[in-house]
Amino acid sequence: MTAQGLKHRGSALWIAAMVHRLSGLALAIFLPIHFFVLGLSFRGGAQLDSFLRWSDQPLVKIAEGGLVFLLTVHLLGGLRVLVIENFDWHDGQKQLATLAAAISAAVAFVFLVRVF
Amino acid sequence: MPETPVQLSVSLWRGGPEGRYEAYAVPRRESQTVLDVVTYVQRHIDPTLSYRFACRVGMCGSCAMTVNGHPRWTCRTHVAKVAGDGRLEIGPLENLPLIKDLATDMAPFFEKWQQAKGVFAPSKTRGDAIPRIDPDSPARIAADAAIECINCGVCYSACDTVRWNSEYLGPAALNRAWTLVNDERDAGNAARLRAISASGGCHSCHSHQSCQEHCPVSLNPTASIAGLKRRAAAAYLKGELKA
Amino acid sequence: MNVRLYVWQRATAALMVPLVLIHIAVIFYATRQQMTAADILSRTHGSIAWASFYALFVAAVSIHASIGVRNVLAEWSPLTERRAGQVAIVFGVLLAALGAHAIFALVVA
Repeated sequence: MTAQGLKHRGSALWIAAMVHRLSGLALAIFLPIHFFVLGLSFRGGAQLDSFLRWSDQPLVKIAEGGLVFLLTVHLLGGLRVLVIENFDWHDGQKQLATLAAAISAAVAFVFLVRVF
Repeated sequence: MPETPVQLSVSLWRGGPEGRYEAYAVPRRESQTVLDVVTYVQRHIDPTLSYRFACRVGMCGSCAMTVNGHPRWTCRTHVAKVAGDGRLEIGPLENLPLIKDLATDMAPFFEKWQQAKGVFAPSKTRGDAIPRIDPDSPARIAADAAIECINCGVCYSACDTVRWNSEYLGPAALNRAWTLVNDERDAGNAARLRAISASGGCHSCHSHQSCQEHCPVSLNPTASIAGLKRRAAAAYLKGELKA
Repeated sequence: MNVRLYVWQRATAALMVPLVLIHIAVIFYATRQQMTAADILSRTHGSIAWASFYALFVAAVSIHASIGVRNVLAEWSPLTERRAGQVAIVFGVLLAALGAHAIFALVVA
C-alpha cells in the first residue's frame, strides 16, 4: 500500500520497546539451549571435562557476555513497562530509556572483562 | 545560507491501495500550511484530487494525513516546519482502509469506539437529582485529562500495535473508555471492563507511546490505557471480571 | 492478550526481577572465583535451597516466555491468535522440561 516507511519509529521510547521485544525473542531462543547444555554438562566425569574445555573458548565467552547483555536490557525494558503501567507519568522517560541501555552495555562489558 | 526554494516538490498519493505517488510543483508562500498545499493542487492543478477538511483552524480533526512519514493535522502543520528542503510527501492516514487519494474510511475507527464501550451509559432519570461532581476528585481529574479527544484518528494511525493486530481497539477508543470508567454518573462499567480486557483490548498495548507523541491535542492515551490495565487487573484479581 | 494472561505475565516478570539479579550475581561470583564445574557441583549437589531457587525461576520463566512468544507470534507471524497460543504452550512446556532436567543435573545427578 502506501510506502510511508519507518519515519516516526525512531524515538527513544519506541526503540526501547523494540529492543525489549527483540531481546525477549533472543532469550526465548537461547534459553532452551542454555538449559540443555547445563543438563548435559553437570553429569560428572568425562562430560564435565569436555564442558570445561568447550566453555573456555572465546566464542562461548562472547556468547555468554551477549547473554548477560540481553538479560539486563530485557529486565530494564521490562522495568520501563512496569513503571509506565503502575506509576505516575514522568517527563524524563526518554533519558531513562537511554540510561538503561547504557547500564546494560556496562554490565555486559564488565562480565566480559571478568571471563576473559 | 541555502536559498529557500521558490517552489515545493510535492508528492501526493493518488488512487486506491494499488495507487502511487504523483509529483506536483506548488508555489511556496509565507505561513503556508500543508492543507494550503493540498488545496492548491486541487484548485489549480488537478481537480480530481480527493481529500478531507472542514474547519481549517485546528478544531475538527478532519484534515489528518500522513506528512513526511508522520500522521498530522495538515491545517496546523506549517510547511516551513516539516519541509525545510522544499520536499513534501503526503499520503492518507495509515491503518485505515483507503477510499481514494488522501481520504480514508473512518468506519473501522468508530466501530472500535463502540466495541470498547466508549459510550456513556446513563444511570439516572430526569426525575432524579443532578449528581454533584467534584472537579478535584481524582476520578474527575483523570477523566478531564483525557476528555478532549475529537476523534481525528492520528493516534490510531501512528500506532504500531494497531498495524500488527487487527483486533486491537486502538488508543482513541481505549482513551475514551478510560474517561467513562472515571465518570461517576456512568452505569456501564461492568460491560466496559469486559470489553477492554478481552482479546484486542488494553492489554495488547506495548506502551510505545507513538499515540502520545503524535496527539495534536496533547492527550496521553498510553497513560489512559495504563489506567485501564490497572483497573482490569484489580477487578480480575478480586474475581469481579472473568477472562 | 487478555487480562488473565496479562496478570500472569506481569506477576512472573515482577517475581523474576530479584531472581535474575541474584542469578547474575551468582554467575559473576562464580566467574570471579574462577570456579570449575566441579567446584560448582560440590556446592549445589543435594542442596534443597538451590533446587528451590532454580525451580521457582524455571517455572516463572516458562510462563513468562511462553506468553511473550504468544504475543510476538500473534502480532508478527501469520498465525491466528489461537494457533499462536498453542505453539506458545508447547514452547513453555519444552522450556520447563529442559529446565527441570538442568536442575536435576545440578542438584541430584
